[in-house]
Amino acid sequence: MEIFKYDKPIPFMRYAKRFGLLSIVLVLLSLGLIFTKGFNYGLDFAGGTLVQVHYDKKAPIDEIRKAIAKDKNYENASVTYFGNENEIIIRTKNSSKSLGKDMGDTIRELIKDTGNFEIRRVDMVGAKVGSELREKGIMSLVLAILGILIYVSFRFEWRFAVASVLALVHDVTIAMGAVVLFGIEVNLDTLAALLTILGYSLNDTIIVFDRIREGIQISKKSDLAEIIDESVTQTLSRTTLTSLTTFFVVLTLFLFGGEIIRGFSFTLLVGVVVGTYSSIFVASPILMWLGFSVKEYRLKQAEKLKREKEKEKMRAQYESGTL
Amino acid sequence: MKTLNFRLILFIFALIFGVVFSIPSLTQSQSGKKITLGLDLQGGLHMLLGIKTDVAIESRIKSMAASIKYLFDDEDIIFDNLRIEDGKRITFELLDSDDVPKAKALLKKELEGIKIEPNGLKFTVEMTPEEVARTKKNAISQAVDTIRTRLDAFGLAEPTVAKQGEDKILVEVPGIKTQEDEQRIRELIARAAHLQLMAVDEDRNSRVETMSPQEARSYGDVILEDVNHPRKYLLHGIQILDGSMLTDAKVGFDQNNQPVINFTLNGQGAKIFGDFTGKNVGKRMAVVLDNKVYSAPVINERIGGGRVQISGNFKLDEAHDLAIALRSGALLAPVYVMEKRSVGPSLGADNIKASLMALIFGFVLVVLFMVLYYGVAGVIADIALIGNLFLILAIMSLFGATLTLPGMAGIVLTVGMAVDANVIINERIRELLHEGKSVAKAIEEGYDKAFTAILDANVTTLIAAVVLWAYGTGPLKGFALTMGIGILASMLTAIVGTHGIYQWLLPKIDRKRLGFWFGIKTEGKK
Repeated sequence: MEIFKYDKPIPFMRYAKRFGLLSIVLVLLSLGLIFTKGFNYGLDFAGGTLVQVHYDKKAPIDEIRKAIAKDKNYENASVTYFGNENEIIIRTKNSSKSLGKDMGDTIRELIKDTGNFEIRRVDMVGAKVGSELREKGIMSLVLAILGILIYVSFRFEWRFAVASVLALVHDVTIAMGAVVLFGIEVNLDTLAALLTILGYSLNDTIIVFDRIREGIQISKKSDLAEIIDESVTQTLSRTTLTSLTTFFVVLTLFLFGGEIIRGFSFTLLVGVVVGTYSSIFVASPILMWLGFSVKEYRLKQAEKLKREKEKEKMRAQYESGTL
Repeated sequence: MKTLNFRLILFIFALIFGVVFSIPSLTQSQSGKKITLGLDLQGGLHMLLGIKTDVAIESRIKSMAASIKYLFDDEDIIFDNLRIEDGKRITFELLDSDDVPKAKALLKKELEGIKIEPNGLKFTVEMTPEEVARTKKNAISQAVDTIRTRLDAFGLAEPTVAKQGEDKILVEVPGIKTQEDEQRIRELIARAAHLQLMAVDEDRNSRVETMSPQEARSYGDVILEDVNHPRKYLLHGIQILDGSMLTDAKVGFDQNNQPVINFTLNGQGAKIFGDFTGKNVGKRMAVVLDNKVYSAPVINERIGGGRVQISGNFKLDEAHDLAIALRSGALLAPVYVMEKRSVGPSLGADNIKASLMALIFGFVLVVLFMVLYYGVAGVIADIALIGNLFLILAIMSLFGATLTLPGMAGIVLTVGMAVDANVIINERIRELLHEGKSVAKAIEEGYDKAFTAILDANVTTLIAAVVLWAYGTGPLKGFALTMGIGILASMLTAIVGTHGIYQWLLPKIDRKRLGFWFGIKTEGKK
């Protein structure tokens, strides 16, 4: 089977400005959402207590709410279904430091008359740990981006690095925007998803860039836009196929992976789509806009080659004793 | 057919290695190194504990003050106003200036890690910053040891107790069945288990119900409550002896068949206890645990042999846990919960089911897609993918790594990303075939050209994985680990392995049947 067969380059760069505009609008919308509505920080980052209870039949959610409200400490607790109607989650902002009787134990006693149930999960994160986790999370995102920036400038050229990192920021921002828009709880696994998007989207971009680098070296053309069109078209098949397989895999995680990793798989789902889009329509034009010049690059490469040759010559001369 | 090439041999070795070392994990056999399931998959309790090291400093200062009193009394140095300020400074005044050099020398000789600041006759004694740091460190490592001893004695499978960072303790206990059991374990960990035997102040005890703590202190006494009844006792502040002189504690039964704890004192403790009971027949002695009076029996006769009993209307479980806590010794500094995650066994089983389902679905989907799209080339990629999965399992088993729910997600994701390398290679080979290159040339050049792209892409993903591993906590580390191992393993299986298979099959590949071999139709050169 063969879906994409390279025939002639698709003129992607002709539409670069339109896609650029679309991306800017999406990023601005995402930023707007992030700063107005804000993240729905989950337990990991906000601190608090979460109790997951499984009933042997439909959970009597109103009774449970009433039973819990009897204790003043739990007045602001929220009770929601989780995944299915037999399962509920009770959340509060409080956390207890005591090792002995903790909030899970108290809640077990409060709801003891609401039916046959089993407490399946009690998570409690103190406020101090929450802020520590948040700091570490931001730190890891920044460090990952920095590391990638350094590696790509080392392997390619600085404009490639800047373009790929801008594309990354674009992807992560839009993914975060989607997380805010759909009210997905932000936990450690959401952070893992964002970091995965980082790696994944970069994968895509690098493969396109690798082709552009190759194109610059071997193509007869010297117009960057044309070379980009050629390279993007040549890699289009791979980009789409890999994105599709990854998308399906993430989709199975989303559908069958259970409620707990739903936030993780949702974020990834958005990330795969945005990452694919950005490596085709966003990363390469940025390269163009940053003023990358094919001629200059070729000149530099040629000079580098010349210098290396000279060095070799000198060495050969030295070794043969003529110098 | 061409003879085996080194790439294929390497791949076959990797495959054998992968299968052999993942068998113990897959069959969950008793012997051999295997992957441990994370607490989110098998159920259990994960806690990050903080520790109040200031309390250890305070009690250290208290015992220093007691030593100073004992030393000065012993050497006939007259002093006054011996006080502890802010729980970290000892101050006192000497009455005779001739005693100053003697007192200084004595303190220097007998007490370690202190700073003495004399100001005329007034002395301030403080712990040096190094001594404070040492005491804190000591309190933490002592807490780690004590908690580990207690959990081991409780009889649960493989609990983990480890110091984390500067001043935190990580506790992980797998295999807890019910929430009630979990509460018992938490209480056992938290128990200070500070045992004291104290004498009742019989002269004033009758007025204890109305006495203020200040008044009690003025007599050198303390007021403590009874653990079972709303009743108070007035006790002499200086204890007879404490739990540090205890050698063993066991659960036993009294004449009414009620559970009690019998403990045995060491030689010194037995002597002190014998002397005290001999001198105080007819008076009461209180058994105090964590500042609660458990019993206060009247001493009928001198008790030799150092055997003491604690009774306090215990339930059997409670007595059992208390005996463990007593045997393991007291915690120098109290601990508190900073983070806690507990997963019931049924939820863990559900998590395994769900993530396995996702893994199988994702895997089958990718495998089928590759065969449909690429023909034999897809089958080759699939073989590499299966090899990759086994390698991940084998490497994790060898390191005894922990597989968590996010770790499972990492494996699922690796499945999607590992075939990427083969997609890139296959696309390149197809391109070259379209250009009219020979099969052998298309394969060699395809691998050659695809390599830089795959390498750069994998290294950048690896950077993200390493950062996540270094900064992530708990389950996140698992995700980064499986992804990192997956990427590295895929370099071997997807690049080297498939290349080897192609080289081996090369003589069989028919240029006229590219549809079968590579899933394309081509007329060759245009």
